[in-house]
Amino acid sequence: MSELTTKTIADLRDGFRGGDFSAREIAEQFNAAVAAARVLNAYTVETPDDALAAANAADKARGNGDLGPLAGIPLGIKDLFATEGVDTTAGSNILKGFRPPYESTVSGNLRRAGAGMLGKLNLDEFAMGSSNETSAHGPVISPWRRSGSNVGLTPGGSSGGSAAAVAADLAPGVTGTDTGGSIRQPAAFVGISGIKPTYGRCSRWGVVSFASSLDQAGPMAKTVRDCAILLEAMAGFDPKDSTSLDLPVPQWEAGLSSDLNGKRVGIPREYRIDGVPEEINALWDRGIEWLRDGGAEPVEISLPHTRYALPTYYIIAPAEASSNLARYDGVRYGLREEGVKTLDDMYGATRAAGFGAEVKRRIMIGTYVLSAGFYDAYFNKAQRVRALIKQDFRQAFEQCDVILTPTAPSAAFGIGETTDPLAMYLNDVFAVPASLAGLPAMSVPGGLDGQGLPLGLHIIGNELDEQGVLNAGLAIEERAGFTARPEKWW
Amino acid sequence: MADAGAPFRIEGDTGEWEVVVGLEVHAQITATASKLFSGAATAFGAEPNTQVSLVDAAMPGMLPVPNKECIRQAVRTGMALDAKINRWSRFDRKNYFYADLPQGYQISQLYHPLVGEGEVEVLVDDKDDSSAKTIGIERIHVEQDAGKLMHDQHPTMSYVDLNRSGVALMEIVSRPDMRSPAEAGAYLRKLRAVLRYVGSCDGNMEEGSMRADVNVSVRKPGDEFGTRTETKNVNSVRFVMQVIEHEARRQVELIEAGGTIVQETRLFDPDKGVTRSLRSKEDAHDYRYFPDPDLLPLELDDAFLEECRGSLPELPDAKRKRYEAQGITPYNAGVLTAEVETARWFDALLDAGAEAKQAANWVVAELFGALNRRGESIENNPVTPAAAAELLRLVADGTISGTIAKQVFEIMLESGEGAAAIVEERGLKQTSDTGAIDAEIDRILAANADKVEQYKAGKQALFGFFVGQTMKAMQGKANPQVVNERLRAKLG
Repeated sequence: MSELTTKTIADLRDGFRGGDFSAREIAEQFNAAVAAARVLNAYTVETPDDALAAANAADKARGNGDLGPLAGIPLGIKDLFATEGVDTTAGSNILKGFRPPYESTVSGNLRRAGAGMLGKLNLDEFAMGSSNETSAHGPVISPWRRSGSNVGLTPGGSSGGSAAAVAADLAPGVTGTDTGGSIRQPAAFVGISGIKPTYGRCSRWGVVSFASSLDQAGPMAKTVRDCAILLEAMAGFDPKDSTSLDLPVPQWEAGLSSDLNGKRVGIPREYRIDGVPEEINALWDRGIEWLRDGGAEPVEISLPHTRYALPTYYIIAPAEASSNLARYDGVRYGLREEGVKTLDDMYGATRAAGFGAEVKRRIMIGTYVLSAGFYDAYFNKAQRVRALIKQDFRQAFEQCDVILTPTAPSAAFGIGETTDPLAMYLNDVFAVPASLAGLPAMSVPGGLDGQGLPLGLHIIGNELDEQGVLNAGLAIEERAGFTARPEKWW
Repeated sequence: MADAGAPFRIEGDTGEWEVVVGLEVHAQITATASKLFSGAATAFGAEPNTQVSLVDAAMPGMLPVPNKECIRQAVRTGMALDAKINRWSRFDRKNYFYADLPQGYQISQLYHPLVGEGEVEVLVDDKDDSSAKTIGIERIHVEQDAGKLMHDQHPTMSYVDLNRSGVALMEIVSRPDMRSPAEAGAYLRKLRAVLRYVGSCDGNMEEGSMRADVNVSVRKPGDEFGTRTETKNVNSVRFVMQVIEHEARRQVELIEAGGTIVQETRLFDPDKGVTRSLRSKEDAHDYRYFPDPDLLPLELDDAFLEECRGSLPELPDAKRKRYEAQGITPYNAGVLTAEVETARWFDALLDAGAEAKQAANWVVAELFGALNRRGESIENNPVTPAAAAELLRLVADGTISGTIAKQVFEIMLESGEGAAAIVEERGLKQTSDTGAIDAEIDRILAANADKVEQYKAGKQALFGFFVGQTMKAMQGKANPQVVNERLRAKLG
């Protein structure tokens, strides 16, 4: 039997339906791949029985033709999504051993579509990080290596386990979450596709909150089509999330078309920034040509407040996080440090032991920017700048249909190489503006750099125009011919 | 009794002091069976932690969803208090750590409350219309209640009951417009009445569905406001009045002894009748309020506001004016409108055809007396408004006298029978038969010839004696008017 783990979701789906192989065969091959790749540390929990049970149900249902859109497809779930009865830690010691009695809306939607679960995927603690190094489970190691080097690389973050799993054929598709680039940057680092939809498309119910006004779930997979298939199953109005959009879910897969005739692609001049490697700007130029080849007309646009996006993000996201993470107090679930006298001491000891350094740093930043005397200067000002950034995009989309930029300012870096938090934050310089504006954005692989590492191209769409983003992504995918795979060393 | 017009003053060594009071009333929205942001139940007295949803326990990834009915009730309450309804409002998080606060923040409304300025008219003395005073409402916002700590369950640990966690509260913030314990008491009673009319809050202070934070300061009349203290969570009208009295005296004594008032939070000890310091302003939390990013702003449309307004019942002030216009005395009108259940019962009595003035007198004098005696409330009164209307009709049309009516009413209370049937069965009908009345009068005058002499000699007061004797002889059934007429004729 052929290697099923290298196939796309679309091919697995069609092959399973056409009787080429059973769902059980798919699940078994992925389960075996997961078990053989523990050195990558992509999964924090493996749930082979869950994947098999869903596969058996799919095989049974195939006989009577009553199949969900994801029947027979096993997926990996980022460990930020609550999964009923399965450890959900958000990559943090403070949630060690926490098994929710509930299932997140998004993972529940995937299950209802017929998908099984291969396991929970490693991530930066509470999704705070760009390299997966802040995880309490230890870093994920990228399946990619620089040419001629054995140095362990990060898969990016925070959806690092998700990215590594797809790139190493440990899942055909996975869920990610994106607060300021956490789907797109890791997708770029490992040469896969990932889309963050419009804020509100996917319910946040049951997803451990990092920064509520920015957090958004989305899929990561080998191809643009697979992303469309998964997003269709994940999205949808949820009355349990007040910020969820009460709109029907478009048929994104059916709407896929790489014909960009009549479309205009905005190229924001503010994204040409100092210190970005020439290879990345060169890839960006190739991307523009690919889209032109697809029929689109490139237009130069301006997003004047771009340079304020990162500082704005690093005020708003920590502010919300400092409040969202207050519930981890040792009283009701997760870690509790005993042997202290007072309630305040218990809070202090529990949070000191339970949170890692990056989470503590962001809680402190967030607490500071919200505190009396600083609120107006920081949080309120950041909210106003955020409104200006949204306005930049509104005006830009009067001149263009989608925007093309690089995904990240560098290729994957080595584990332990970036120790300065500010340097780490720069990873998201291209990703964060779309997050602040709540816009759909995706990364698709564009090519390899001189060291043989993948680089991504970033497409930002107008509000609710996931289709436009996916179609531009498809046009790039068809022309980039990105077929590079990490050489298996694990 | 003190003259209601005289201002309340604290006598200090340096002269008279005025007290300034503002109240923050927390009223639970009891009209809904579920919490502000979750579907959990809110019944009082349930076993600990049996009314807690995943949201109330702040489980990871759980999100609040506003309960529309809670918003509707708060809007109706605002409308009943003549307040400005803000079409656009927003929820904010108030951040602090405590074991009764699972989220680590309370969802409240600091920057953009649901309801803006309004006012309440109160009668400081309910027998005196000239004691009317208008108390300003600054705002009403909607917020979550916290859970409850139980310190008596374990020798070294405290237990937490989250049943109240997330329960919807309206915080009704008054202006510092009150100048005496009596005014504060009148304001609280009036507020409670309005809430109960509207139906948003049952006003049950014993069960904690209404409680007040009491802000008190003192000043020499005419001076600027002094520094205030805030006494938290006072749960009865009487206690609120005690807090003001005690706090005002304490402040005056402290200032006159050369001290200064510090802005602080205090607690009331109902057993000792005193307040004590809980924390000073320096120890106050920095609550780091910011807009709750899990919730969208509340935007109210015309249809919603119209429905809210249309659903409001007649409110105490309007009802009172209507009663007075129907000839009911201001005092009776006040008594009848003070409690919504009384007003509801009385309106049903009027609807059943009773004449307003007669009905009001009867309810206040007879019905209340009987209910008091029997220890019953007006809602479980065995006499229905229709049955009472029938009784009052028999008095109004002269079928029975007022005296007989009292007897009939007692029988109604005991037996549940109708007034007409009782009168018929027991032959209690009033007689205007002059033949029978004359016969009794003749007998009585003959038997009391000496008194007839005295009456004729000018002792007019004896007339009542003859009326009484005649009524007694007629077993109360004689029409008093006929008795009077016949006696006058016979006595010349």
